[in-house]
Amino acid sequence: MEQLFSNLALGFGVALTLNNLMYCLVGCLLGTLIGVLPGIGPIATIAMLLPATFTLPPESALIMLAGIYYGAQYGGSTTAILINIPGESSSVVTALDGYQMARQGRAGPALATAALGSFFAGTVATFLLAAAAPPLAQIAFKFGPAEYFSLMVLGLIAAVVLAHGSVLKAVAMILLGLLLGLVGTDVNSGMARFSFGIPELTDGIGFVAVAMGVFGLAEIIKNLEQGDEKREVFLNKVTNLWPSKQDFKDCWASVLRGTGLGSLLGILPGGGAVLASFAAYTLEKKLAKDSSRFGKGDIRGVAAPESANNAAAQTSFIPLLTLGIPPNAVMALMVGAMIIQGIQPGPQVMTERPQLFWGMIASMWIGNLLLVILNLPLIGMWIKLLTVPYRMLYPAILVFCGIGVYSLSNSPFDVVITAMFGFVGYLFVKLDCEPAPLLLGFILGPMMEENLRRAMLLSRGDPMTFVTRPLSATLLAVSLLLLIIIMLPAIRKKREEAFVEE
Amino acid sequence: MLKNPKDFWAGVMFAVIGFAFAIIVKVYEYPMGTASRMGAGYFPFVLGNIMGMLGLIIIGQALLTSGVRVSKFAWRPLAWVLGAFVIFGLIAKLAGLVISIIVLVLVSSYGGHEHRWKEALISSVVLAITSVAVFVYGLKLPFPIWPEFLG
Repeated sequence: MEQLFSNLALGFGVALTLNNLMYCLVGCLLGTLIGVLPGIGPIATIAMLLPATFTLPPESALIMLAGIYYGAQYGGSTTAILINIPGESSSVVTALDGYQMARQGRAGPALATAALGSFFAGTVATFLLAAAAPPLAQIAFKFGPAEYFSLMVLGLIAAVVLAHGSVLKAVAMILLGLLLGLVGTDVNSGMARFSFGIPELTDGIGFVAVAMGVFGLAEIIKNLEQGDEKREVFLNKVTNLWPSKQDFKDCWASVLRGTGLGSLLGILPGGGAVLASFAAYTLEKKLAKDSSRFGKGDIRGVAAPESANNAAAQTSFIPLLTLGIPPNAVMALMVGAMIIQGIQPGPQVMTERPQLFWGMIASMWIGNLLLVILNLPLIGMWIKLLTVPYRMLYPAILVFCGIGVYSLSNSPFDVVITAMFGFVGYLFVKLDCEPAPLLLGFILGPMMEENLRRAMLLSRGDPMTFVTRPLSATLLAVSLLLLIIIMLPAIRKKREEAFVEE
Repeated sequence: MLKNPKDFWAGVMFAVIGFAFAIIVKVYEYPMGTASRMGAGYFPFVLGNIMGMLGLIIIGQALLTSGVRVSKFAWRPLAWVLGAFVIFGLIAKLAGLVISIIVLVLVSSYGGHEHRWKEALISSVVLAITSVAVFVYGLKLPFPIWPEFLG
């Protein structure tokens, strides 16, 4: 416990320097901005900004990038409540009851509940992260290559189970990601693979190019295809912000449950903010004695998912920071960001770079505080932004993407690759292939190969090593179990129902 | 007639790409090595084959189930957006940031439903100015601002 506080003190020392405070603020504001704007999500934004963070010290870079992810959870809810447009997929369910509350003239309490619920959840999740990380990292140090390999298998399988759409397609997307991740020089033999004599490809395909193409460009084309939906913006004066006593009484339990569920789902591989908000909403509906008010402006329908998505956004850093394994696509990008900064993600980050580790955690709490303070007064400005028509917005997004990709290597090569992945991403949209597992596989590809090789070398080529080592065997058994469960017809139907709201 | 074209073509895509990876390993003779000392070709060969096989299974499933057809490609936004993006990359060094941003905005705005060139021109200039301020002066990214022959 004492250790925890001295660690946090160290972290706050780093996070509270003027520079880092500023980057935290920039990250949070950017996150809120893209959270408000539909059609651009945290993945594309983080990919866009990565090149700009090359020159920053690692602490500042990661603090800012993290701010984008949880900031987006705040921003998404604002527009969901006020104008029924969820800016982020994690706030889709918030729109159900939040918008109804706004129509009943209770936009203020809805916004305040979302913000305060998020802040509470963020605080709890940050402490959870701080408390759980050191012991988990201790366990991680005991992991051999076989365990790491099995853990990655579990992570990838879980990502499939929790993704929506066809399981087989999602597995295929993971494999595609793994294979694309292998393009470039093989670290063991120094041989260039799948590069076809193109010198730039010997360094591998840039993950920024993949992420930006598949999540940025393809998204723009998809939005243009759907046409200009008339975005009606009417901002009723948000009066009496503060929720009533009755509101507090109604929703405090929902906030607690949302926080708990969100924290849990954030840690799980494949989980994250989106899943957490859906699950929390469903749980509230199931638990409520009188669920008839849901969808008609029930404050619990705002409190639970908003707490959950923010909690999950924080706790998904736990597997990243302790095991070095990203649980979802956003965290996969953070791995990329760390590697660019010369940091190998994994349990050693905490011991070798405590400044970075604890600084990042402390900054998350500060960021949450900033968001709650800034968000409510700035609502008017965010809403104004929505009046900017998409036809003006998307060229601007393209400009930032272009500058970001170009500055990766200061050559047109990455720009062309990004455009190609833009096309591929659009193809995925057309064929209903969820791209998030691909990005996860892409980051994990080289790591998986490396650990597989080491494990097999240690066992002298005996694949039984994966099932004779108890920890590895357990991880694989859980993966298998997950796969079997998801294939069962009854569960399959349930799962399809659960994702139907998306 | 295909009953489930969406899944069918997805399966084809996976099968083709998966086996292509495996075939490339063989054609280019990436060393396979042994199980204990895996060569550069081992892991991609195995993964490619699994992916190809999975593609075949998806194709098989698609033939037995009914599903949705693949909606039409929106070639217009696809071509203008990606085209503008590539042009930007190609001319950035030669033409400098200001001109390439203006070109990117003007060309890409043809991908939208309604195109107002005056509006596009204004926003392109605004974007060029902000980008130079933020990225070149602020973040010190090594971009030339103006064309080479002028600077």
